[in-house]
Amino acid sequence: MAAELHVELVAADRNVWSGEATLVVARTTSGDIGVMPGHQPLLGVLESGPVTIRTSEGGTVVAAVHGGFISFADNKLSLLAEIAELADEIDSARAERALERAKEADDAAAERRADVRLRAVAGH
Amino acid sequence: MGAQLRVYKRRIRSVTATKKITKAMEMIAASRIVKAQRQVAASTPYASELNRAVTAVATGSNTKHPLTTEAEAPARAAVLLITSDRGLAGGYSSNAIKAAEKLTERLRGEGKEVDTYIVGRKGVAYYGFRERKVADSWTGFTDSPTYADAKRVAGPLIEAVTAETAAGGVDELHIVFTEFVSMMTQNPVDNRMLPLSLDKVQEEESKKDEILPLFDFEPSAEDVLDALLPRYVESRIYNALLQAAASEHAARRRAMKAATDNAGELIKSLSRLANAARQAEITQEISEIVGGASALADANAGSDK
Repeated sequence: MAAELHVELVAADRNVWSGEATLVVARTTSGDIGVMPGHQPLLGVLESGPVTIRTSEGGTVVAAVHGGFISFADNKLSLLAEIAELADEIDSARAERALERAKEADDAAAERRADVRLRAVAGH
Repeated sequence: MGAQLRVYKRRIRSVTATKKITKAMEMIAASRIVKAQRQVAASTPYASELNRAVTAVATGSNTKHPLTTEAEAPARAAVLLITSDRGLAGGYSSNAIKAAEKLTERLRGEGKEVDTYIVGRKGVAYYGFRERKVADSWTGFTDSPTYADAKRVAGPLIEAVTAETAAGGVDELHIVFTEFVSMMTQNPVDNRMLPLSLDKVQEEESKKDEILPLFDFEPSAEDVLDALLPRYVESRIYNALLQAAASEHAARRRAMKAATDNAGELIKSLSRLANAARQAEITQEISEIVGGASALADANAGSDK
């Protein structure tokens, strides 16, 4: 059996995803980081970006995460985000509309949010 | 119908209408408590993970951050008071306000200036009526607060904490809200949110017999702490808002239950009175008829002779 780590992806108001995984890739402020079982304890600041979780069953879970933290200790990985959505939950048509609207309104933050959502859907 | 009876009937009708309203409010509040409790539970994983992370950074590194170190001579404190938007919730808002008053008194006694921040229309009205200064206030979401609301509240508070004391910044941040213990018990509590009292956090951690590992910070301990503490404040405020909402609904349910029970009692005693009045009316009518008939009979008997 391959080594596994336990992942908890939590948003401010709900538990988004939890389960066993073999690899988690997330974007921190200093670049993308991949965490595998047995990684040294880590606490980092996340950027807005897609998070990829390779589950132990061989599947892949992609989520759009907007700001937050990654912390890893004792083979337990927690992804804390103010807003987090799984790729399955994202309405890509709505995100596209939001992206256009944000571009028109010149709202950089909203544009990035919509962009991250679309990338999460595409990466699925 | 006699005048007395009519008055009783009218009062019974009006009390019945009131009872219907209070009963409906009681049931609405009861259903909302469950929802609010579920929200509290849903926000717990985030809050506890964040707590762990804050403790890890604060204890695992030698970083000195304005938000974790106590000022030598704290001169100003901010108090965030959470009340409700609407009334009809018994002593819910006034109890929270009383707790805030007591805390303010204590802080003033320690020689600190107090800036008051208020959530909820009831608190704003209380301070407005007494013409007291309020640094900032928010209304309109105490029924079902969202994380965005908590962020909106936290923004100016974090700004005030990070500002220099001379420039109007505060050294301490306190929060007063009503803690939801159970359906029957809700207590107004005051907590000091900042600066973090690490001894207390550590005590709680050590109780769990958990040794915190040495973390590798990405990008650096200072940056992590910088990003972490505003989130920590937001999540604490969010949790307080949710608990306050649950308490508000519980208090309203209890107040409305008492009102419904009282209305039932009132209807009962009023219908007793109405029955008595009706009976008195009937008795009077019978005695009038009997009296009239006998008078008639006496008159007839006299003319026959």
